[in-house]
Amino acid sequence: MTFSPTPYCYTGGRKTESGRPTILFIHGAGHDHSVWTLQSRHFASHGWNVLAPDLPGHGRSPGPQLESIEALADWVLDFAASVGIEHVALAGHSMGSLVALEAAARAPARVTHLLLIGSVAPMPVAPPLLDATLSNRDRAHAMINQWSYAPRAQLGASSIPGINLTALNERLMQRQAAGVLHKDMAACNAYVGGFEAAARVACPSLLLSAALDRMTPPKAITPLAAAFTSTATVRKLVIPGAGHAMMSEAPGAVLDALWNFVGAFPSFGQEPQ
Amino acid sequence: MPIHRNAGADTLALHAGQTPDPVHHSRATPIHFTTSYVFDDSEHAAALFNQERAGHVYSRISNPTNAVLEERIAALDGGVGAIACASGQAALMLAITTLVGSGGHIVASRSLYGGSHNLLGYTLPRFGIRTTFVPAGDLQAWRDAIRPDTRLLFGESIGNPGLEVLDIPAISAIAHDARVPLLVDATLVTPMLQCPLDLGADLVMHSATKYLGGHGVAIGGLLVDGGSFDWEGSGGNFPTLTEPYDGFHGMDFAEESPIAAFLLRARREGLRDFGACLSPMNAFQILQGMETLGLRMDRHVDNARQLVAHLVKHPLVESVSWPELDSHPDHALAARLLPKGCGGVFSFSLKGGRKAGTAFIEGLRLFSHLANVGDAKSLAIHPASTTHFRMSPEALLAAGITEGTIRLSTGLETVADLIEDLDRGLHAAQKANA
Repeated sequence: MTFSPTPYCYTGGRKTESGRPTILFIHGAGHDHSVWTLQSRHFASHGWNVLAPDLPGHGRSPGPQLESIEALADWVLDFAASVGIEHVALAGHSMGSLVALEAAARAPARVTHLLLIGSVAPMPVAPPLLDATLSNRDRAHAMINQWSYAPRAQLGASSIPGINLTALNERLMQRQAAGVLHKDMAACNAYVGGFEAAARVACPSLLLSAALDRMTPPKAITPLAAAFTSTATVRKLVIPGAGHAMMSEAPGAVLDALWNFVGAFPSFGQEPQ
Repeated sequence: MPIHRNAGADTLALHAGQTPDPVHHSRATPIHFTTSYVFDDSEHAAALFNQERAGHVYSRISNPTNAVLEERIAALDGGVGAIACASGQAALMLAITTLVGSGGHIVASRSLYGGSHNLLGYTLPRFGIRTTFVPAGDLQAWRDAIRPDTRLLFGESIGNPGLEVLDIPAISAIAHDARVPLLVDATLVTPMLQCPLDLGADLVMHSATKYLGGHGVAIGGLLVDGGSFDWEGSGGNFPTLTEPYDGFHGMDFAEESPIAAFLLRARREGLRDFGACLSPMNAFQILQGMETLGLRMDRHVDNARQLVAHLVKHPLVESVSWPELDSHPDHALAARLLPKGCGGVFSFSLKGGRKAGTAFIEGLRLFSHLANVGDAKSLAIHPASTTHFRMSPEALLAAGITEGTIRLSTGLETVADLIEDLDRGLHAAQKANA
């Protein structure tokens, strides 16, 4: 399958090469590839191909935006195939975690690792937030920031020197076209196939939560974790001190968790890390 | 579109950017007096250099104390981040060199701090960067001065020394029509009186030496990025941000971070190569000042109002220039853009010209005669013989300065004592005129 026009895809500062394992990072609602840059650069510099696309209608990728988790899952698998990638580790954050989960269920023979970050299924969106994404984007952005960052990050103390994390996230959401956030949230809200998808996942799977996450609290992951009945390896890990936006709040801890997990379960000729 | 603040300004001034350190539980921000930072191992070192992991490598590029200051001003101003610099001049230079190269052009307000005027008018042309100066309030002049090679518009929230109020919403619209950003020097207002990013500016700079520190003990500058300007949508005007940079891993900064591309380049090139970083000691001192910024700005404004009220009715005073006065041409604009007050700096002209001005300055006891503003202590200067000494008489007049102009920076002293001191100076000026 080919895409026209071509979606944008960040590759962590290095070109992809044949013979390397590949990890595909899937961003969350109202975001783009830039939420993954630190983790992407590490994988790309350590023997992996990195694909961090902007989903259709997000960031630099043209639309139309896809409006269901299932459609996004198909798109992710097709996109990887379009650039010659058959086997791929899928890492997704929030909405992206549902996309990764559904894709891993649809193509169990293609997905080498499943890395769900800030995930829960089902992922109901609070009605006031869903309404605000449609009627008052500013309010929706403020609500998301309030629920996505741990108290420490609300007042700063960023792990990235000089960066105001909540403001950066707000501007990133503002940068997306009107309606994008609402459709993303609506897709999360409508997705009910999480448990069935988890039961079909065949690869090693990591469920990475953050202790202070108010959007997808760690406790809420338990039913989803129990639904992974077809894979021998399901691990839950909780990052202390961070919230839902853990890739920016605790980028090193997230990277370590992902890197150690894929290293513990090498596949397709990949050597243990 | 303004950034939502997670707390009130006074709360942010005390807390933003810092939590008690997890090792020793220090409540105050520690001063990280270190040039460099130990790597865990070779892998960690490589990851920091390749920007795979966040952290500090060398204090010229980043420092934990400076990072608290950077986050604090970004939180107050509604920016996505900030960079601490050795001085306000260094912050201005960092902003310009991150965006503009040889052959580039800047449009700037004519009403600028003398140091900024020198940099733009005399120094930068040596490096192929030219500036057209326009009257701050002449919107058509701003439009007309923009050329195909224009890369930046620049002005001060309140101009120096005529206290012209910059129409930030209108000038940012002019800038954005031309697909270039607007940089505003907000030194005289601080985030407590005005946040230019909320009004449409794209970048803000402060001389932290002034009100932010307030104590007059530390030189420093801050450059804040609003994160709202679309560098990639500017028709290739900003290749430093949108094309691979061989000097840092071939990084395309706008690809790496569409929102914070400017800050990435400024830190990874400007701080690294030009080296005008802030000492962590100065960062700590400025942070101490910022904790009381809200309280101090209220008092500066209150005291200035009382001094102005005293001077406007004095027979030896020809005119007082302060945007809160009905007589100021920007009074209505100030009411709209500076509703909390116009700060503590104002100027007035004495009858009797240069002779009266000199006598006034020398007659003062409480006001300090020096080239600074925004101190907790009251300050006075005679621009024609000091800060604007190099300007021609025509340029002086164009900048709103006469030979009898005095600039005051109202401090936090008991206002009755300040009024008494002004009367002392006025009496000396009167004797000189006799």
